[in-house]
Order: sequence, then C-alpha cells, then structure tokens
Amino acid sequence: MENHHRAFSFARVLAITANTLTELTRQKVFYVLLIFALLLIGSSIFMARLTFQQEFQILKDVSLGAMSIFTSLLAIVATARLIPQDIDDRTVYTILAKPVPRFEYVFGKLAAVLLLLAISTLVMSAMFLVVLHTREQTVLHETLRQMGAAPREQVNDALRAVRSAALSIDIFPGITIIYLKACLLAALTLFVSTFATTNIFTIVVMVFIYFIGHLQATAREYWLQEHGVGWMARLFLVLVALIFPDLQTFDLVDDIVAGAAIPLELFAKTAVLGISYTTFYALLAAFVFYGKEL
Amino acid sequence: MMRALLVIGLVLAFGVLKLPAERSISMQRRQLHFGGVELNLDLRGQIGQLGFVAALSGFRSIVADVLFIQAHVAWERTEWGRVLLLFRQVTTLQPRAILFWEMAAWHMAWNASVAAMNNRTQPRLALRIKAQREYFALGKDFLERGIKNNPERPQLYESLARLYKDKYQDHARASEFFAKAAAIPGAPGYDKRFSAYELSYCEGRERGAYQRLRQLYDAGENERLPTLIMRLKFLENKLDIAQDQRIPDPAP
Repeated sequence: MENHHRAFSFARVLAITANTLTELTRQKVFYVLLIFALLLIGSSIFMARLTFQQEFQILKDVSLGAMSIFTSLLAIVATARLIPQDIDDRTVYTILAKPVPRFEYVFGKLAAVLLLLAISTLVMSAMFLVVLHTREQTVLHETLRQMGAAPREQVNDALRAVRSAALSIDIFPGITIIYLKACLLAALTLFVSTFATTNIFTIVVMVFIYFIGHLQATAREYWLQEHGVGWMARLFLVLVALIFPDLQTFDLVDDIVAGAAIPLELFAKTAVLGISYTTFYALLAAFVFYGKEL
Repeated sequence: MMRALLVIGLVLAFGVLKLPAERSISMQRRQLHFGGVELNLDLRGQIGQLGFVAALSGFRSIVADVLFIQAHVAWERTEWGRVLLLFRQVTTLQPRAILFWEMAAWHMAWNASVAAMNNRTQPRLALRIKAQREYFALGKDFLERGIKNNPERPQLYESLARLYKDKYQDHARASEFFAKAAAIPGAPGYDKRFSAYELSYCEGRERGAYQRLRQLYDAGENERLPTLIMRLKFLENKLDIAQDQRIPDPAP
C-alpha cells in the first residue's frame, strides 16, 4: 500500500485546532462570559435611575468596552500559554514526531484561539443584544402608554428617538473590528511566544505592546506636530510606528456608541488592515517556530 | 542569528507597507471627527493617571461614563462646580456623544442657573442675576462647542435654539438655530415649525413669519396644529390680512 504524505493537510490542521479548542475550553476560559453577564445585570440595576438615552448610551459603552477588554485579554492569555505548555508537557514532541509540518502545528493552534474568540464574541454580542432589545421594547411600551393622547407625529418622533438611541446597525461593524483586533493580538502573542521562554514573559511583553500600540499614534502626533523634535526622537518614533501596530485604528466603538455612522470604506480598510496583521504575524510565528530548537 | 535578523527585517518591511494604510485610516477618521479628543496635561491632572492611561488605551468611552455617573451624583448633591468640572472632562473624552453636551448644557443653563437665582446665602439680587447669567453662558458654551464637534447632527442646534428661547428670550436667534437644525438631513419635522413660531415673536419680522407659517398651514392637515393656528391668527390680526385670505376659525 502506498503511503502518500501531503505537504499540507487541512484535516491535520483541523485535528490540532479541535484538540487545542477542547483543551482551552477545559481551562474554563468561558467564565469570562459569566463575568460579562454579571456586568450587564449590574449596570442595568444602576441605570434604572437614568433617562433612556443615558441608559442606552451607558449600556452600549459598558458592553462594548467590556467586550473589547475581555476579547483582548482572552486573546493574549489563551495564546501565550499554548506553545510553552506543549513544550512543558512534551506534547509538541509527540505531534511533531509524526509527519506534521511545523507550520500546520502553528496554524492549528492559532485557528483554535481565533475560534475561541469568535465563540466568545458571538455569545457576548448575543447577550448584549438581548438586553438592549429587551430594554428598548420596555421603553417603547412606556412611551406609547405615556403619549397615548398626543398627535401621531409627536408619538412617531418620540418612538424614533427611542429606537435611534438604542440599537444602531453600526454596532455590528464595531463588534467585527473588536474581534479582528483580538485576532491581531492573538497572532502577535503567538509570534512572541515562539521565541519566549515562559508564558509570563509573553504576557508581560504583550501588555507593553498593547499600551505602546494604543499610545503610539497620540504620542507621535503630539511630538511631531506640536513640538519641534530632534532627529533622534523622530527616528525613535518612526521605529515605534514601523514595529508596533497602531491599535487606536481599531477603536471604532467609542464613536459608534456616540451615534456616529461608520462609512463602509473605513470599515473595509480597518478590516483589511486587521486581517493583514493577523496573517503576517501568523506567518512570522511559523517562520520562527521552524528555526526553534526543540 | 541570521533568522533573527531576517525576522527584524521582515517586521520593518511590513511596517513600511502598513504605514500608508494606517495613515490613510487615521486621516479618514480625522475627517469624520472620530477620536477627536484633546488629550493634554490638564485632562491628565483632572482624571488622574489611571484614568488618563485607560482613556489612551481604548477605554475612553468607559472612563467618560464613569465621570458622567460622578457628575450625576454631584448633580443630586447640587455641587454645581463639580458638575461643571466633570462635564468638561466627559465632553473632552467623548466629544461625539450628543447626550453629554446636552446634559452639560441643561445642568448649567437650567438647573445651576435656577439654583444660583434662588441662592439664599447671597442677599444681593444683582449678584444672583450675575451668577445666573454666567450659568446661561456656560450652557451656551457647551452647546456651541458640541456643535463644532458634531456639525452634521440636528439635536444640538435644537438645544441651542431652546436655550435662546427659554433663557435669553432671544426669539430671532432661536428661530435661526431651529432653522439650521431643520436644514440638516434627518431632522425632526417640528424644527421647521418651531423656527417659524419663534420668528412670529420677533418685532418687525412678522411678515416673513406669516409667510412661513402660512406655507406650513397650506402643506396639509398634519401641519395644522393648535399652536400653528394660534400664531397664524395672531399674525393675521397684527398684519391686517384681508378677510378672504385668512384661514378659517378652528371648530370650537
């Protein structure tokens, strides 16, 4: 019987992905979703004191902000331990002793984290939308009851005001960008973990990258536009801009919650940038992992 | 070693490729007034180091919400100075949130101004009126800055029109801002009507107001609301409009 080995096998990647996802699930990472649910309930209790515009604004801010924090944290923490853990457990030797190319191993691992992030984002989005929709319906009923005798035009204006304060279609591109930002962070974490010795090191480096990524655009603008700086400082800022991703680019939800509409072009550009970053860091991780002595 | 150098080279090469894309997105965001936050040392001093770092790290809206809740508590305690300070921070952090500008202006021009006028610790009426006018001006300032940050949305023009109407009794300016709101796509139908109502109170501009109100009246049944008919009747009498051109009296 001929033993046919293919250079790339989707089935092998899928097997690694499925195993890694099961392993991640067993580590109770989905408890994050429970915290998210508690946060939604907690903020709803406080918001009973506010008007419906304030309530919807804070509900959206808190939910989308929490979604951004949790997916970013999950991306970093879940990915940081994947390779070091496999090396500690010696699982990696068992896998790579079989005819599994190293890039398949890396891509399988990353795909599991991206899947985990997708599930988490979907569940959090569903919880958020259910709460928002329920509150919207309650406020609509209250408005109809209170304005029963008012002219039709005024009632329609009031209902329109409630609907526009609640769910906006722009929330969905916002959530997509939150997910893509988490994917970028996961791929970057995987890349860092290919040369890191411990997962603590990876997490610390990623926290620094997270802050630098968010601060670099503001710092660059502040120094380059408002202050004349020397060539050394300029060189430093250019290097920072070249090496680190500008994470502020992915912060669209602040403006979406404030009621701004996201043009399709801006969404597409940001999404393409996020996918490019994720692909690049995944390829880089595979490249470094190929040269790693195991 | 070679592999490490190659990785650094690849990162820099990707950096060169991605910079134009990031720059293009950043420019588009600026055109749309996205993230238009002035993060300076004054704000750093006001919201503390942790809040400032959080605001810079993608949690700007959550920091703004926390400050808004603090402002809400300060309002319940009628600490007007603190309300003002907190709303300045909130609107700096979230300049695109109409709600925050409106709330800030409402607290200053409506709540704080009334509190200043009823301030029993200040026996001199002149000083109470002065304080009241200062709060009106603070409310107006919030709305004007809000409009600068959100020129394409009608709500703040409406709020400024209401402020001119209720607090300054400046009907001409109120009419002007209701008209500006009405000119924005998606503005509520009442803005056009309110602009004409306000104009009808302006001495010397009754003819223009009459034409606008009459136009609305002729637009159909939906526009023939009690206030519109009342103002139209008032102007018909004042301008001495011929009987055959007047609108019929409303049914008793």
